[in-house]
Amino acid sequence: MADQEERIPVMQKWLDNPFLLVFLGVAMPTVLYIVWGVMEIANIPVAR
Amino acid sequence: MATTYRICPRSGLQFDTAAEKLMRFHAVAGVLALLVGGIMALGVILTRWPAIKLLPADTFYMVLTAHGIDMLIFWIIFFEMAVLIFASSTLLRCRLAMPKLAWVASILMVIGAIMTNVAIFQGESSVMFTSYVPMQAKPHFYLGLILFAVGALLICFIFLGTLVVAKAEKTYEGSIPLVTFGALTACIIAIFTIASGAIILIPTFLWSLGYIREIDSLMYRVVWWGLGHSSQQINVSAHVAIWYAIAAIVFGAKPMSEKVSRTAFFLYILFLQLASAHHLLSDPGLSSEWKIVNTSYFMYFAVLASMIHGMTVPGAIEQAQRLKGYNKGLFEWLRKAPWGNPAFSSMFLSLIGFGFLGGISGVMMGAEQLNMLIHNTIYVPGHFHATVVIGTTLAFMGLTYFLVPVLFKREVLFPGFAKIQPYLFGLAMYVVALVMMGAGTLGVSRRHWDMAFAGAPMAYEWPGAAYLMMGLTGIFSCIAIVGGAGWILQIVLSILFGKKLEEGEIRSTPIPLTLPAPTTGSTVHPPATPGTMVLALIFLTAFILYYFVNWKYLSSLWGLS
Ligand code: HEM
Ligand SMILES: [Cu+2]
Repeated sequence: MADQEERIPVMQKWLDNPFLLVFLGVAMPTVLYIVWGVMEIANIPVAR
Repeated sequence: MATTYRICPRSGLQFDTAAEKLMRFHAVAGVLALLVGGIMALGVILTRWPAIKLLPADTFYMVLTAHGIDMLIFWIIFFEMAVLIFASSTLLRCRLAMPKLAWVASILMVIGAIMTNVAIFQGESSVMFTSYVPMQAKPHFYLGLILFAVGALLICFIFLGTLVVAKAEKTYEGSIPLVTFGALTACIIAIFTIASGAIILIPTFLWSLGYIREIDSLMYRVVWWGLGHSSQQINVSAHVAIWYAIAAIVFGAKPMSEKVSRTAFFLYILFLQLASAHHLLSDPGLSSEWKIVNTSYFMYFAVLASMIHGMTVPGAIEQAQRLKGYNKGLFEWLRKAPWGNPAFSSMFLSLIGFGFLGGISGVMMGAEQLNMLIHNTIYVPGHFHATVVIGTTLAFMGLTYFLVPVLFKREVLFPGFAKIQPYLFGLAMYVVALVMMGAGTLGVSRRHWDMAFAGAPMAYEWPGAAYLMMGLTGIFSCIAIVGGAGWILQIVLSILFGKKLEEGEIRSTPIPLTLPAPTTGSTVHPPATPGTMVLALIFLTAFILYYFVNWKYLSSLWGLS
């Protein structure tokens, strides 16, 4: 087999870390979709 | 915690006994939900078929609510929970984390599903599966959904916990298998889905009880679609994982490139959920920046990922087939595929239908300008029956043909019917999706009890083609319902009365990991896959043509010059 010290590529290290992926997968839509969207709605002036 | 392990003599898979019982439980619960949803489908379609118009308006909306929720939420999510448990404990050959908690969660899900169904069938909760405020359902409608979601969330955590167990107990080496990675993607999206659901459904529940005065309807729509859209992306991740699994099971196919397939799943994790915004493209109050960033710029990365999966799955099959010697011409590998094996035919029909019908139409309607053409028409159900019925449901059905002997230890009854069932259900659904999209292009509304507007002060003359399309929707829906009902009957009867198969060895410890023999790498070159290339080019051509036709159509709707 290949030598023991075979370096694991950075990308593979990320993909092997489920909790990092959970964080990214929840943070992305929370910020870009929910927070941004809710802010826009909150900024609609109230009709009088 | 002590558990035992069973080695399935038919597949070589190792099942943790506790996990195995849970999988069976969820698969059965899912099929029961499909049964209720399927009976409701008959009510829906016999009403929308203009020549029949079976149900009165109020019953129609009740039945439509039950259809949407039992199918889209209960059937699919119950089945997905079984997939999560399978992809963690079985594929990683380890024990399931916290089996007692998993049972609590499963019971919560069942109580929730029953509660919501009771609310729907009592009437007065006919708010359809989107339950947009200010329409109000009875409190137990929302409470049932919340309990169901809590249960599902717990199982997501148990899935993650099982990954931790497997790593700690070293039941695998290196990275988790690709199918498990796909399930992880589904699990992550599920966590966001359920969180959005909690944020919006808990206040809505309190509002239905009278504790909160008002819920802003636009706010509701934004957060609700975090649930409504993302839950569909759990399905996509799960059924793509199943495509890979079936390719591996039926052909022994290996992914063409682990790196590429995993990167595609990673794109799903990052971008797929943002497309929730495509449900709000015609809503006022949200800026075009928000709409376009979420549904175009970023969402196209997720579309790219789907196209990657759509190529690598058939590509892997082509490689495996060519290695077996099916090398003639472009398509011998495909012609000689086991078309009589329902696991394969379901999976392949799922893949092609999801890509050509669901994918292309989805990208079209996900563009802000083109969305106007079809917004709130029956085009939309046409599109998503191609994704959730042909894509997800058919893939789940295909996997079940494999699970009956492996998980339920029974022989599938009526093998002759099993051969044709995927075609009966799948191809009929292809037609249903197409004609619904056709009717929608002509403007026929979705969720409309009477397209003829009988008795309305302002009449509307539909082109004859609109009625034709709706009639065809009716006819082919009935064929699809026969295919679906046949599947349910076949699976239930097989589980109850099929010939019992051998259990296999029961052990008290998991089999220690046996490393696969090191492949003498470099020398074996996987064969090229020209057939898949051609399929991909056909797909792209269809995509581009359809996209342009719709822009042309949009430009001709209003004469601006
Ligand atoms: C043979 C099977 C099926 C038939 C004939 C069928 C037919 C239909 C039709 C005609 C509609 C549109 C009604 C309208 O907007 O007026 C509809 C809505 C819907 N269907 Fe199905 N369907 C089937 C299976 C499924 C499955 C398996 C799923 C999910 C996995 C599903 C999910 C939905 C959803 C979510 C809606 C939208 C409900 C709403 O607008 O609130 N259907 N179905
Ligand atoms: Cu969506």
